[in-house]
Amino acid sequence: MSLFWSLFIIVLTLGNIFACWWLIRWTAKPRAGEAAAHETTGHVWDGDLMEYNNPMPRWWLWLFYITIVFGLAYLLFFPGLGNFKGLLGWSQYGLYEAEMTAAEERFEPIYAAYAEIPVPTLANNSDAMATAGRIFANNCATCHGSDGRGALGYPNLSDGIWQWGGGPEAIRHTLINGRQAVMPAFAAALDEADLEATAAYVYSMSGREAPARLIAAGREHYQTLCVACHGAEGKGNEALGAPNLTDGTWLYGGSLAAITETLNQGRNGIMPAFAETLGENRVHLVTAYVYRLSGGEENSDDELAAR
Amino acid sequence: MSHEVVEKNVGLMAVLILIVISIGGLVEIVPLMYARDTTEPAPGVEPYPAIEFAGRDVYVSEGCYGCHSQQIRPFRAETERYGDYSVAGDFVYDRPFQWGSKRTGPDLARVGGVYTDDWHYVHLINPRDVVPQSNMPAYPWLAKRTVNPEQVARSMRAQQKYLGVPYSDEDIAAADALEGVTEMEALIAYLQGLGVSGGAN
Repeated sequence: MSLFWSLFIIVLTLGNIFACWWLIRWTAKPRAGEAAAHETTGHVWDGDLMEYNNPMPRWWLWLFYITIVFGLAYLLFFPGLGNFKGLLGWSQYGLYEAEMTAAEERFEPIYAAYAEIPVPTLANNSDAMATAGRIFANNCATCHGSDGRGALGYPNLSDGIWQWGGGPEAIRHTLINGRQAVMPAFAAALDEADLEATAAYVYSMSGREAPARLIAAGREHYQTLCVACHGAEGKGNEALGAPNLTDGTWLYGGSLAAITETLNQGRNGIMPAFAETLGENRVHLVTAYVYRLSGGEENSDDELAAR
Repeated sequence: MSHEVVEKNVGLMAVLILIVISIGGLVEIVPLMYARDTTEPAPGVEPYPAIEFAGRDVYVSEGCYGCHSQQIRPFRAETERYGDYSVAGDFVYDRPFQWGSKRTGPDLARVGGVYTDDWHYVHLINPRDVVPQSNMPAYPWLAKRTVNPEQVARSMRAQQKYLGVPYSDEDIAAADALEGVTEMEALIAYLQGLGVSGGAN
């Protein structure tokens, strides 16, 4: 704030307080020609209604003065008068920093201690998992669901089927760096008949029936276009994030229509990176939680359902 | 002058009352109109590009501010969940600002980049598809309605001309490219840009 506006605020504020003080003095003072205190003013209404000219009660008057003193003291200790910061140096940002520091001092040692414990062990620590569950609910549940079972387009974390790998290191990598899947769109490469055949072949890979004629044609297209990522047998490749096409689990739906759409327009699922949001130690904790969701030891379906 | 004079002259009393109550505004509001903190953009904050501008209009017309605030207060409970606290400089190109006053849904001041475009699409079509316990209404019509490029350009020009938003003529001409863009796309573009720059740091 410039000096002018600072002075503008100071002069008006202090002037206002002074004016209040003056106003109280001025109105409380007895005046010549007025009725004396404790006598009636001489006004009469309705024949017999009269008013006393009593001064304001002392305690009330003093409340006004106390308010003025309080206001001045406040402006002395806290910021309020233009650029003057107040004797206490208080600010809402200072308060915020203090709150953050206190929280860090309190919680960081807990997270740091958890960070020392290997993921499979940590996954069985119920205190740690209770904390991790809350971090998961705040950050991950929006897409993966509060029970970690995902939704159409968002992987189920509890079924033991992994697009990018389900070991502690793979989960940690996913959380720290995020993931971006790159299933290209094949609308340009495949005409309608080719598309139908390829979709039918992919449909049949998980053990379902499809017309033999389509399967034969589809396999050829599969061998040229899809094999590089999904493999000759369709088992996928965790290093590339290419899903297994034979396990009957489908991220974007396994109907013929859904498979056709996937081939047609491609799929580019994005898992955001959480390194910055959560920090190393909390990522470690969430890693253990996700590891446990997918059936790390002592994790029955009943337990999952209870959550 | 005695008390009686003031009490018996309504005009004089009105003038005196006006003087007294205007002091609060003079001290608390007027200096903010000239302070750097409140009138200059926070680092990286730029005027909304045409598509986000159009999306912002959708945000306003659908009444999103009724359930979503856009102001993160400097408390740990808020910054842990929503990101850095908001500062006045974040909002200099928000006319009018969308601070809101109620959080039926979460704060959106820094929602940009938190979810993917696809997530927003699915969520706006039917929030229950991604957040089963959500009570947010579905907005399926956004995917069918298109924005009006001409109206967007006119609104941008008005902000440039009368409100001093530093749009260049090219910025405004970019609105022509919005032909056929759905309200959904515009809204998602707006949401993805929210709070990605600015803040105290």
